[in-house]
Amino acid sequence: MTSPTDQLADQLSATTLLRFATAGSVDDGKSTLVGRLLHDSKSIFTDQLEAVAQASLGRGQETPDLALLTDGLRAEREQGITIDVAYRYFATPRRRFILADTPGHVQYTRNMVTGASTAELAVVLVDARNGVVEQTRRHAAVAALLRVPHVVLAVNKMDLVDYAEPVFAAIAEEFTAYAASLGVPEITAIPISALAGDNVVEPSAHMDWYGGPTVLEHLETVPASHDLTACKARFPVQYVIRPQTAEHPDYRGYAGQIASGALRVGEAVTVLPSGRTSTIAGIDVLGQSADIAWAPQSVTVRLADDLDISRGDLIAPTAHAPVPTQDVLATVCHVADSALVVGQRVLLKHTTRTVKAIVKDIPSRLTLDDLSQHPDPGQLVANDIGRVVVRTAEPLALDAYADSRRTGSFLLIDPADGTTLAAGMAGDAFAVTAEHVAAAAETAPDDAGWDF
Amino acid sequence: MTTAAAVTEGTDSPFALSHLDALESEAVHIFREVAGEFERPVILFSGGKDSILMLHLALKAFAPAAVPFSLLHVDTGHNFPEVLAYRDRVVAEHGLRLHVASVQEYIDAGKLRERPDGLRNPLQTVPLTEGIQQHRFDAVFGGGRRDEEKARAKERVFSLRDEFSQWDPRRQRPELWQLYNGRHAPGEHVRVFPLSNWTELDVWQYIERERIELPEIYFAHERDVFKRSGMWLTPGEWGGPKGDESVETRLVRYRTVGDMSCTGAVDSDATTLEAVITEIAASRLTERGATRADDKMSEAAMEDRKREGYF
Repeated sequence: MTSPTDQLADQLSATTLLRFATAGSVDDGKSTLVGRLLHDSKSIFTDQLEAVAQASLGRGQETPDLALLTDGLRAEREQGITIDVAYRYFATPRRRFILADTPGHVQYTRNMVTGASTAELAVVLVDARNGVVEQTRRHAAVAALLRVPHVVLAVNKMDLVDYAEPVFAAIAEEFTAYAASLGVPEITAIPISALAGDNVVEPSAHMDWYGGPTVLEHLETVPASHDLTACKARFPVQYVIRPQTAEHPDYRGYAGQIASGALRVGEAVTVLPSGRTSTIAGIDVLGQSADIAWAPQSVTVRLADDLDISRGDLIAPTAHAPVPTQDVLATVCHVADSALVVGQRVLLKHTTRTVKAIVKDIPSRLTLDDLSQHPDPGQLVANDIGRVVVRTAEPLALDAYADSRRTGSFLLIDPADGTTLAAGMAGDAFAVTAEHVAAAAETAPDDAGWDF
Repeated sequence: MTTAAAVTEGTDSPFALSHLDALESEAVHIFREVAGEFERPVILFSGGKDSILMLHLALKAFAPAAVPFSLLHVDTGHNFPEVLAYRDRVVAEHGLRLHVASVQEYIDAGKLRERPDGLRNPLQTVPLTEGIQQHRFDAVFGGGRRDEEKARAKERVFSLRDEFSQWDPRRQRPELWQLYNGRHAPGEHVRVFPLSNWTELDVWQYIERERIELPEIYFAHERDVFKRSGMWLTPGEWGGPKGDESVETRLVRYRTVGDMSCTGAVDSDATTLEAVITEIAASRLTERGATRADDKMSEAAMEDRKREGYF
């Protein structure tokens, strides 16, 4: 138990922010893991615990039911399940965390997509007794599809398999081969018992054979942002700032959040979709003038020339400008209850630009379990993932999702009532194709390089 | 033995933003999205720290131009005078337009009835929702944070409300990437929560970093208080003390600012921002658990009020 003063020093010294998501099947112990992370990082407050204890007593339970801490809605408490994504916050000396707690039910694939869309890391939970199951493959596929940079496989309930290394090694190997074949760039497997607390926050005394980090250590040290010098700069214009006051009669700034890469004063830029060019004359980072700014800073950019630029335009370095297109080939996850059909008229929201569009084709639907493609499904229903071809009324400066999660993603929206229909990712679905996956599975060696 | 030796230090890129910069950038993005997509946005402003923080972020987001939103205060009639003075000072200083929806006027007109327990926070919902309808606001910024309460943990940044301002937690739009969908039918509006991802400590650390001025009741001061339901309340015409409740002078401060009838003071000697941050970081109580009576009414009090149109 840390003293209040230690804890104060801890919380105040954390400087970076990591967003991560958890995924697991219904009984894999996800709530226990989340509870353990929150509890052992001292993120549960006395009054919250008291409220849980009171509510538990009221139901005739003698010990506090920690699921009540996280299941925030009446319907969730009534059914004892998690319906919707919830966001939770905790801090350690090294870092602050935003956890997207996503439900595990098969019918809530869209919720995992939601949680994974903003996550830098995904924790996929597996029950050590069951190993890699369909739902595990589904979670790995969604993480790969959404290009979550880091994936943690948490092999839970190790206490129920006598903390046996071979059990863990076999699951880790199978999962890693599968996830790597989907193009997941980094996979870390950790044997844990969320219930007993092994390797979640504290290292386990039961698994001497494991030399890697605990879940929390890994969360604290994984890179939270990526080297931006390799990314092409993208700046979607959100809003034009024109004070027209005596003090600022001629100020014309383009406000936005840098989606990727870095912008520099003096850089030659192209405005899309018009293709007009200019030079960056100044960058204001919320009141501070700067020579360079980078993603995800919210800034205001001023250009050397007086161009006609408005919300929805994209400013990019002339040397690396995207090519605008009206034909979008993408993978979408359908998130609405009504179906998406060929010929449907929709709105497409990409960065700050919303345009009319039509679904020209749905060439295939993906089965997440085995990654097989079912040709010409005709429609996509809730939680389906499929390939679509969309024709837009105006050109879009779209990148491949593989190159930029921010400028390669879009929403399809129902123009009639504003419902979000689908989450779209432009370009190829996986870093490696499904055919490649099948081949990789056949040739995976037995000793696939696991070194504990 | 298992050790932590495998952990590598210092893996963050030099381009990593501090957590406060990341939260600030995200909130500014949200303000600008609303300015770009809505016709008549308004910021709910109570003079409490979260609404003060929202206004500060909005000022930064549109500088050197003016904030393109007006303010709406739902006045319970039981406000702290220091907070009203602060409100009026800020409005004048930045040349803002303030709308006031008054609970007292609703009671006086017979459109609302005082509750037997005297709490007025639950009475805010009707003036709030009618104010939104009357001014035809289509985006309403609230300072709600997801760390406050478990029903709020489920709230979207852009939260669609029907023509009755109702929230249906099972019919929320998925929130994908930073692509906020603000489309709504006439009569509907969107509640927008730019501070969703901030915690109480983040708010205080940012206030300290930016040197944002707050109403003085947030800092320790001598005050006449009396105890009711385990909370130190300020006496007043709103309905206290009663019967055997006795007034005493204590050194206290407020962690939240709301209606006097349900916002409790905490014992504190923190007179500076630094001392307040130290105190909060060491506290084992959430701010609402410590000082809000209305959240304790039932297990789903917040969810129920949000469904009706409250924040």
